[in-house]
Amino acid sequence: MTVKLMQGNEACVAGALRAGMKFYAGYPITPSTEIAELSAEALPKVGGKFIQMEDEIGGIAATLGGSLTGLKSMTATSGPGFSLKQENIGYGIITETPCVIVNVQRSGPSTGLPTSPAQGDIMQSRWGTHGDHSIITLYPSSVKEIYYTTIRAFNLAEKYRTPVILLLDEIIGHMREKIEIPENDDVEIIDRKKPTCDPSEYKAFKVKDGDIVPEMAAFGQGYRYHVTGLVHDETGFPSGNEHVADKLLNRLIDKIENNKDDIVTYEEYLLDDADIAIVSFGSIARSSKTAVDTLRSQGYKVGLFRPITIWPSPEEQLVELASKVKKIYVVELNAGQYFLEVERIAGRHTQVGKYGKINGDIITPEEIVAVVKEDQNA
Amino acid sequence: MPSELVKNYFRTQNLPHIWCPGCGNGIVTRALVKAVDSLGLDKDKVCVVSGIGCSSRAPGYLDFNTLHTTHGRALAFATGVKMANPELKVIVITGDGDSSAIGGNHLIHACRRNIDITTVVFNNNTYGMTGGQFSPTTPTGDKGTTAPYGNVDPNFDLCNLATAAGASYVARGTVFAANQLEKNIIAGIQNKGFSFIEAMSTCPTYYGRKNRKGNAVDMTTYLKENAINKVAWDKLPEEKKEGKFVIGELHSIERPEYTEQYDKLIASLRKEG
Amino acid sequence: MPDKKEKIVTVEKEWCKGCGICVAYCPKSVLALQDGKVEIVDLEACIQCGQCELRCPDYAIYLREE
Repeated sequence: MTVKLMQGNEACVAGALRAGMKFYAGYPITPSTEIAELSAEALPKVGGKFIQMEDEIGGIAATLGGSLTGLKSMTATSGPGFSLKQENIGYGIITETPCVIVNVQRSGPSTGLPTSPAQGDIMQSRWGTHGDHSIITLYPSSVKEIYYTTIRAFNLAEKYRTPVILLLDEIIGHMREKIEIPENDDVEIIDRKKPTCDPSEYKAFKVKDGDIVPEMAAFGQGYRYHVTGLVHDETGFPSGNEHVADKLLNRLIDKIENNKDDIVTYEEYLLDDADIAIVSFGSIARSSKTAVDTLRSQGYKVGLFRPITIWPSPEEQLVELASKVKKIYVVELNAGQYFLEVERIAGRHTQVGKYGKINGDIITPEEIVAVVKEDQNA
Repeated sequence: MPSELVKNYFRTQNLPHIWCPGCGNGIVTRALVKAVDSLGLDKDKVCVVSGIGCSSRAPGYLDFNTLHTTHGRALAFATGVKMANPELKVIVITGDGDSSAIGGNHLIHACRRNIDITTVVFNNNTYGMTGGQFSPTTPTGDKGTTAPYGNVDPNFDLCNLATAAGASYVARGTVFAANQLEKNIIAGIQNKGFSFIEAMSTCPTYYGRKNRKGNAVDMTTYLKENAINKVAWDKLPEEKKEGKFVIGELHSIERPEYTEQYDKLIASLRKEG
Repeated sequence: MPDKKEKIVTVEKEWCKGCGICVAYCPKSVLALQDGKVEIVDLEACIQCGQCELRCPDYAIYLREE
């Protein structure tokens, strides 16, 4: 058992290494830089590779290239860099190339407040790349959870052959907490399924019966296949046929949306008897949790719903929640991004309110308490 | 039935290719395949990476590990592939716009690292896929659909750019002198480091028509008549170089190769540990 | 030269796009364009130099080894 005082960004690298990361390509940016620094230090020691690319776009491109040779690959960035990576995130989606993209969010838009926290990339992590697609975005809220969620991000990337976004915010990325990492844990590690057929029979983008995604050969292993960002058929070659496009693009969405039971994770806190719910994630969920305790002590029946998988959203769970409570407050460090999603899902069943902030300050438990009390007593 | 070369190295089910009649890209692609054949490389260990544009459609026709990426990013993807698996022979096929405009940053840094990738630029002096806009290699004064009065931009000499940025092998060839181009590609693949080969191609459909350069034959003959081999070029007085350009091996030096250096680092750390 | 392998110029007509490059660089006028495609019009004259194959952008003409 290793007991350590660890920073969030450090826990991310530790989790990535535990998951089997062997390749990292990135570009320095605050507040994610420690992830690159620690990867640069750790990877060559385990025979892995680290490369500092010339820019953010190069970072994601090389990450995808590394993954195509069969290595578990990761890159990390922050808001401005995340914007730059968007085109190639779409490339990863359509070519079904597994990788983990960490975005330690900071205040924006543009250069914004580079060292101040924000949760402003909720929608960018869902809709940042162009065109219709689905995506998996995970959002842990403690150092320990970063460790295990990073492992899960790799597992989901490998299982569903897709880029997985790991959203952190500046607060948890830089926060230090005690974390216990057991030497012999029983953490599940998932590796992409590789083909075993004769190369002449390999269809690189055909899903076998009973499988979720096509088997993925690594470049150099004898399966000479084609990878393109163009719409392609089961062989991997481009096609302009509408049926081919329909089949591929819907399959890419369905493989995620139809497996929400497996993908979606969340925490419920004191919701059993609650008639008021707060929906909150990442660092701000911690303020919300304290606010719930305070409000409870003052007689309010409040609970917290904390999505850990924010995309695909926990739709079923939010509908159920909405049927139980008279009001949901979405508390997030932005001007109301996830509120749009919660209102879409829960708005028909209950009242949905929001509380946010975009000035670089955090949201304190006291503020949340005040907002709920004022609204409830109005 | 196609030739043995084509049968052995092309995905013939995808032919004929999408390029216009007389487009030089097919000639460059053949020279590249001939080079791979001459070297007897294992097809399973060759990875061809491209970006976006006319030239970048080539890998889809080639029977290797092939990766058709995003606009300008071929070298960044290829860097990831090579770094992750140095055993692979990585060849990048790119265009003038793909490599030196949108992808210019990746090009200079791949040169700087001297990573063992062979890059063949199909230079047709225009953005063909989008219909003939001027590119960074369109000669000043020439027309494009976005330079209807003639291009005021100065143009790049791609080989000088690659040499200055640190490429260890640099050569230029033409689709007329396709045998020599093949030899340069062979030398480029053999070079342990970053190799840059500019293949002067032709775009009769857009660049040629817009600039009254004649048909495919006229444009190919232009390359024949105005390309001068390095040996002769070096002896030529300046005034006779006007309007001509140099071809052949332009630069070749030995420099530490990037992935080898990184592998040494891994070995030293593991020895310590 | 009895040892030299005989090669015969061969056309893959479906792939020919009729650019005329092979016709222009054939030193012996073996080839011609007819109805937008290459035709072998004087096979006897062919010296198997391979200039046509070297520069055919469409892999539509080559020297086949007999």
